[in-house]
Amino acid sequence: MALVLKDITKVVQGVTHIKPTSLTLEKGHFNVLLGETGAGKTSLIKMMAGLDPIASGQIVMDGVNVTKLTTQKRKISLVHQFFVNYPHMTVYDNIASPLKVAGMAKSEIQGRVEEAADILKLRPMLHRRPHELSGGQQQRCALARAIAKDSQAVFLDEPLANLDYKLREELRELLPELFAGRGAVVVYATSEPEEALLLGGQTALMADGYVAQFGTTAEIYRAPDTLAAARIFSDPPINYAPVVKQGGSFRMGDINWTANSETSGLADGEYTVAVRPNHIVPQPNDMATVPLEGRIAVTELSGSESSAHFEFDNHAWVSLAHGAHPYEVGENHTFFMDANACLYFAPDGSRAV
Amino acid sequence: MKTENQKAWFFVLPVLILVAFNALIPMMTVVNYSVQETFGNNLFFWEGLTWFEQILRSERFHAALGRQFLFTFLILIIEVPLGIAIALSMPRKGFWVPVCLVLMALPMLIPWNVVGAMWNIFALPDIGLLGYFINHVLGISYDMTQNPFAAWVTIITMDVWHWTSLVVLLAYAGLVSIPDAYYQAAKIDGASNWSVFRYIQLPKMKNVLTIAILLRFMDSFNIYTEPFVLTGGGPGNSTTLLSIDLVKIALGQFDLGPAAAMSLIYFAITLLVSWVFYTVMTKDDLN
Repeated sequence: MALVLKDITKVVQGVTHIKPTSLTLEKGHFNVLLGETGAGKTSLIKMMAGLDPIASGQIVMDGVNVTKLTTQKRKISLVHQFFVNYPHMTVYDNIASPLKVAGMAKSEIQGRVEEAADILKLRPMLHRRPHELSGGQQQRCALARAIAKDSQAVFLDEPLANLDYKLREELRELLPELFAGRGAVVVYATSEPEEALLLGGQTALMADGYVAQFGTTAEIYRAPDTLAAARIFSDPPINYAPVVKQGGSFRMGDINWTANSETSGLADGEYTVAVRPNHIVPQPNDMATVPLEGRIAVTELSGSESSAHFEFDNHAWVSLAHGAHPYEVGENHTFFMDANACLYFAPDGSRAV
Repeated sequence: MKTENQKAWFFVLPVLILVAFNALIPMMTVVNYSVQETFGNNLFFWEGLTWFEQILRSERFHAALGRQFLFTFLILIIEVPLGIAIALSMPRKGFWVPVCLVLMALPMLIPWNVVGAMWNIFALPDIGLLGYFINHVLGISYDMTQNPFAAWVTIITMDVWHWTSLVVLLAYAGLVSIPDAYYQAAKIDGASNWSVFRYIQLPKMKNVLTIAILLRFMDSFNIYTEPFVLTGGGPGNSTTLLSIDLVKIALGQFDLGPAAAMSLIYFAITLLVSWVFYTVMTKDDLN
């Protein structure tokens, strides 16, 4: 049971929007499409759903080539970023609508609607209209419609993006339960790296209409293949700067650090070092030992974390640390980088080590 | 302490004056006439509600009112579905959109009396293109100046030609405001074109259609110029709609009292039907 994309492309008026993309999306876990707005996530979803035509390639669902099938004939569900429910129907009728179209018996429709409503806590609202619901409830209604139907694939296109923080957390916790045990391939598009990590499963990193890397979420977070992949999968943005390897150590500006067992084998030359903000902290510890001194430009305190943007060696750097740190904007501060957490990329952007 | 600024009244004053002169004062003049009798020379005699009673009991009024409701009913059941159908078949984007919109707007830009005159000549059985075609090519006897049924067909066709565009444009505005996401949702549900129309397009067009029907009701219920120029209310009284009858009483017979009473009844009916219709249609939205 899988949704297989074979070299699919999208071309609009001679402009390639989606470069040849091949993915094997399996059921049983979340398949996350991660990328910024405009990376091609929605396009790819619409192509898989049959809403946008594909210029070349094949889409195979459970072993059946569905490339030429219309959307109506594919067994799929789609939840949008903004809440799409039929405005003049009650919540019950909204959830039931795809089932009615499929010609299902009334009693079975009722069973399914109630089951979906129970999971999504919509029971008390079944007889209300969408406009009488809050945003979170409207999106739960859209989700209920997606799961009540027997779909081979469920596409969730940034479904939580328009909800406020608390609701987003609440609904995100519900998601894995929602799709557990259902025979559908779940594709989840998001622009937030944190969401991909929380949902787990597999992730495809997208930028500029192509898939930069695809694999187990934790795996590609830990070991991005390219600098582009590392940049997509980091929030706050990953820090990167040129370094020179010479002998057994790396030099960046006027600081040096010694290569470790993994990096000592690297040939001498110029590289790009990339390090996630959480590996740069305001106080030294066992791991964070490389001092970076710079002027603090911006500080942010979010929840239990503080971040500081500072300048070092003519580059902007970001540090992210637990706890509330009393940074002063404009002051010089020495941050400490964990050299063992550094990723090194060759000049062509591919991973060196 | 509440600060009060009486100067605000000055800003409202122009509107008050305008409304007073173009609506309130003429209306009160009509009320004034409706309860009095005059034989000219600016002499008036109090009559109370006599004229109202007379009009409400008059068979002539009942007949004209019946014709008026029939006319409005017929044009509504033709223009509304036809307008929706045309709006549905118009392109939503691309080169042909402005072309279609301009073509649609054209009939509405023609002055009403010109429309009446155009159709009059067009439908004449001997010299009119349409009249000649029906009589001599199709071989169907058609003469709107002689046959009441032909006259009705002609005024209805004329109104449909003149005003369906209004329904089209409003329905089209409603259609293009529907986000693609709804169409996508329906496709994903596996819905047929009919379901898309019934469950997405129609409900989303409800508000503009309410306005379209309201406008068409009021306009057609008060219609005067076009049928007056086209048929003059004939043959006989067969196309004498309310307003045509009203003008006959007021200006033809110079019965100002009964005409004023009839105007007020006429106005009350238009207002009542519009109000009931609007209230029923927007009931759901208010709750």
